[in-house]
Amino acid sequence: MTAPAIELKGISKAFGPVQANKDISIRVMPGTIHGIIGENGAGKSTLMSILYGFYKADRGEIFINGNKTEIPDSQAAIAAGIGMVFQHFKLVENFTVLENVVLGAEDGARLGPSLAKAREQLVHLAKEYELNVDPDALIEEIGVGMQQRVEILKALYREAEILILDEPTGVLTPAEADHLFRILEGLKEQGKTIILITHKLREIMDVTDSVSVMRRGEMTDTVKTSETSPEELAELMVGRKVLLRVDKKPAEPGAPVLEVNNLQVVDEKGVQRLKGVSLNVRAGEILGIAGVAGNGQSELLEVLGGIRTATGSIKINGQEIDLSGKYSDGRSRRERGIAHVPEDRQREGLIMDFRAWENSAFGYHHDPAYQSGLLMNNAAIRADTEGKIERFDVRPANPLLEAKSFSGGNQQKIVLAREIERNPDLLLVGQPTRGVDIGAIEFIHQRIVELRDAGKAILLVSVELDEILSLSDRIAVIFDGHIMGERLPAETDEKELGLLMAGITDTEHEHSIEEIEANLAEAAGEVH
Amino acid sequence: MDKMPKWADLFLIPIINLILAFIISGLVILAIGEDPIAALKLMVEGSVMSTYGWGFTLYYATNFIFTGLAVAVAFHAAMFNIGGEGQAMLGGLGVALVCLFVPWPHWSLAIIGAMFSAAMFGALWAAVPAYLQAKRGSHIVITTIMFNFIAASLLNYVLVNNLRPKGAMDPATAKFPEPTHLPSLSDILNGIGIPFAERTPANVTLFIALAACVLVYLLIWRTRLGYQIRAFGKSEPAAIYAGISPTRIIMISMMISGALAGMMAINNVMGEAERLVLNSTEGAGFIGIAVALMGRSHPFGVLLAALLFGFLYQGGAELALWTTIPRELIVVIQALVILFTGALDGMVRAPVERMFLAMRRKEG
Repeated sequence: MTAPAIELKGISKAFGPVQANKDISIRVMPGTIHGIIGENGAGKSTLMSILYGFYKADRGEIFINGNKTEIPDSQAAIAAGIGMVFQHFKLVENFTVLENVVLGAEDGARLGPSLAKAREQLVHLAKEYELNVDPDALIEEIGVGMQQRVEILKALYREAEILILDEPTGVLTPAEADHLFRILEGLKEQGKTIILITHKLREIMDVTDSVSVMRRGEMTDTVKTSETSPEELAELMVGRKVLLRVDKKPAEPGAPVLEVNNLQVVDEKGVQRLKGVSLNVRAGEILGIAGVAGNGQSELLEVLGGIRTATGSIKINGQEIDLSGKYSDGRSRRERGIAHVPEDRQREGLIMDFRAWENSAFGYHHDPAYQSGLLMNNAAIRADTEGKIERFDVRPANPLLEAKSFSGGNQQKIVLAREIERNPDLLLVGQPTRGVDIGAIEFIHQRIVELRDAGKAILLVSVELDEILSLSDRIAVIFDGHIMGERLPAETDEKELGLLMAGITDTEHEHSIEEIEANLAEAAGEVH
Repeated sequence: MDKMPKWADLFLIPIINLILAFIISGLVILAIGEDPIAALKLMVEGSVMSTYGWGFTLYYATNFIFTGLAVAVAFHAAMFNIGGEGQAMLGGLGVALVCLFVPWPHWSLAIIGAMFSAAMFGALWAAVPAYLQAKRGSHIVITTIMFNFIAASLLNYVLVNNLRPKGAMDPATAKFPEPTHLPSLSDILNGIGIPFAERTPANVTLFIALAACVLVYLLIWRTRLGYQIRAFGKSEPAAIYAGISPTRIIMISMMISGALAGMMAINNVMGEAERLVLNSTEGAGFIGIAVALMGRSHPFGVLLAALLFGFLYQGGAELALWTTIPRELIVVIQALVILFTGALDGMVRAPVERMFLAMRRKEG
C-alpha cells in the first residue's frame, strides 16, 4: 500500500485563549483531490499555514510520503514538495509573469541564465498542464484567472508535488472556475496531490475525491465525496440540519421605490467606475446585482448610501436626491428611508471597539428617542439593543460586549437588526453573508425576504452567484461599470450570468476561456 | 474577549511603568554620587508632606489637567495635538488682553471673561492646523508643532512691540489691575477654617480644572458630539458611512482641544504671574501629552497623571534647591517617566497580558 502524500497526526494550535486547531489528524492519498470544508474561523487556514510552515503547531506530527517531516518555514515546505496558492495572490504587480515565477528561486547572482532556463521550463509546464500564460505579460495587465495560473506555475516550477489552494474561486467567474477545475483534474492525472480549501459545498461535490469537514478547530469527519451529499456536509459543518434553499413566495412588486438613471461615478484616482447605470427597484422585490468584485457594484452602493458623489439621477419614491454631496450624506439618506448594510461591516458598518449597544445606534444617533436633554440616553439605547439582540438571536446576548468580540455572523446580525428595524423603504445590502457561518446565512436570508414581503424594496449586491440566484426576484449583471442586462432567476442559469459577468452579451454561443479572460483583463486594466 | 482585566490596564500597568522609571532614575542619581532614597524622600516631603508643598503641586497639576485634557479630547478624534504649548501661549495673550483692557469690577466676572477669551484664543490657534488637516490633508502633528514656534514668535513680538509698558526692559506686560486678582487656594481654605500655607500659587482655577474634567467626561461619553468624535477617531470610513462629517469633527474636536489648552492661562497668567511674561507656559503643553497618554485619555486618568506630574515638578524643584543634584537631572527624571508611561508602554503591556492569559488558562 502506498503511503499517504500527507499525513497529519494530532495537530493542535492555540492563539492565546483560542484553540484554532484541536488534535487534527488527516490522511491525503497521492494523486487525489482532497477538499477541506468548514465555516469561517473553523481552523482551515490555520491548519494549512502549519503545513506550509507559517505557524508552528503546539503538538502533533507531519508526515510527507510516509516520512516524518519538520516544517519550520515555507522554504522547508517548498523543499518537501508543497506548493501553496493563497486566496490573495502574492505576486509583484509590475513584474512580468516570468520574473514572478523565478522570484525567490533564482539560480545565481546573474538573472539572465535563470530567466532563460525558467522560460524554457515555463513553456514546458504550460503545455503539460494546459496552464496557458504569456511569460512576458505584466501581472497588472492580466486578469485574475491568469494570475492564479501564475501562482500554480510558481509552485510547479519549484517542483511541488502537493498543491494547496485556499478559496481559489472567490474572485473567478463561473467559466473561469470551471477552467481552473479542469486544470486541477489534469494535475491530478499527472499524479499531483491537491488540497482544496473552500466554503462552497458545490465545488467540493464537483471536483474532490474525499473531503474533510472542520468545525470550531476540530475535524468532525472525513468522507468519500461520492458517498456524501451537500446536506450531509452542511450538517457536519454546522452541527445541525440546515436549510440550503431560501424559502420564499413569489414577489408581488408594487410601485418603483428606487429609480436610477444614467449614474456615473469617477473615483479619487480619476477612474470611471460607473459608466451610465440605470435600474429600478420596486416595492416588495429584491433586485440582485451580480458581478465580479471591482466592476462598480461597490460604488453603486456607496452612492446610494450617501458615501460617494456621482452624476446622473436617483429618485426615491419619485423624489430626486442630491448626488453632489453638498446637501446630503449618510444621515440625510437615512432620513429619506434608505437603510444600508455595507459590504465591509468591520470597516464601515461597525466600530469594532464600540460596544454592541453603541453600535446599534450608529448612524441613527440623531434619533430623538436616543436623547435626553443634552446627553444621550444610554439606558434607552441599551434597552433598545437588548430587544434587537433577542429578535435577531445575536450571541452572546450581551449588549455590553465590544463588536470585535462577536463572530462574523453575529456582527452582521447586529448591523442587520439596526438597519432592518428602522423599517426602511429601501434596504441596500452588500455581501450580506460574507464571512458568515452557514447557520446565520439561513437566518439573514429569511430576514431579508421578510422585509421584502412587508412591501419594501431591496437592492442586493453579492459576489456569491448562488446567493444572488436564490435570493433575488430579478437579477441585473454589472460589468465594467455597465449593466449588461437583467434576467429573471427562473429563466437564467450560472452559465449565462457568468458570461454576462465577463461582459459577453451573446450568451447563445460557446465562448473560449481566452475570450472571457481577455474581456475581464481589459476591464481590470483600466483600473490600474 | 479582553486580554486582561480593566483594572490592570488602568492602574497596574501605569504603576509598573512608574516604578521602572523611578528605578532607572535612582540608578542615574547613584551614578552621580547622590543617595536616591534620600532624594525621593526630599521630593515627597517637599511636594506632598506640607500644605506649602501642596500649594505648588496643585498649581502645577492644574496646568497639566488643562493641557492633558486638551490632548485627550483630540486623541479621541485620532488627532495628535502637539500644539498645546502654543495654544496655551495664545490663551495667555487672550487672558492678558482681557485683564489689561477691560475694567473688571470683581474677580468673579474677570475670571469668566478671561476664561472665555483664553478659550477663544486657544481654539482659534488650533483651528488653523485643524482646517489644514481637514481640507488639505496637512498632517496635524507637523502643523501643530510648527504653530508652537509661530506662537512663541508672535508672543515675543506682541510683548516687545505692543504690550510692554513704556520704559520697561522686560518683554512682559504690566501687572494686571487689582480687581483681576484671583483668590488663592489658601485664601479659600483659610476662609472656611482649613489651615493652608500662604504665598503658594495654587488658586481658584483648580476648581475650574476639576469641573473641566467632569465636563470633558460628559462630553466624550455622554453626549452625541462625543459619540461622533469617538466614532470618527476609531474609524473614519465607518464615520462617513454613518453620515458623520470628518471636517466637522476634526474642526470641533481640535477647537475644543485648543480651548482647553488655552484655558490653562487662567492658572499661570491670571492666577499666578498676574502679568504675561515670555515662556509663561514652561513646557506644560508638552507635559500634557504625557499626562494624556498616561491617563489613557480618560479625564479621571488625566487628573491622576496631572497630580503625579505636579508632584514631579514640585519635588524636582525641591531637589534642585536642597541638593547638588543639578536642575537638568530633574528633567531626566521627568523624561524617564514620560518615556516609560508613554513610549515604552508596550514593553510592559505585552508581558503583563501574557501573564493574565496564562493565569486564565490555568483557571479554565
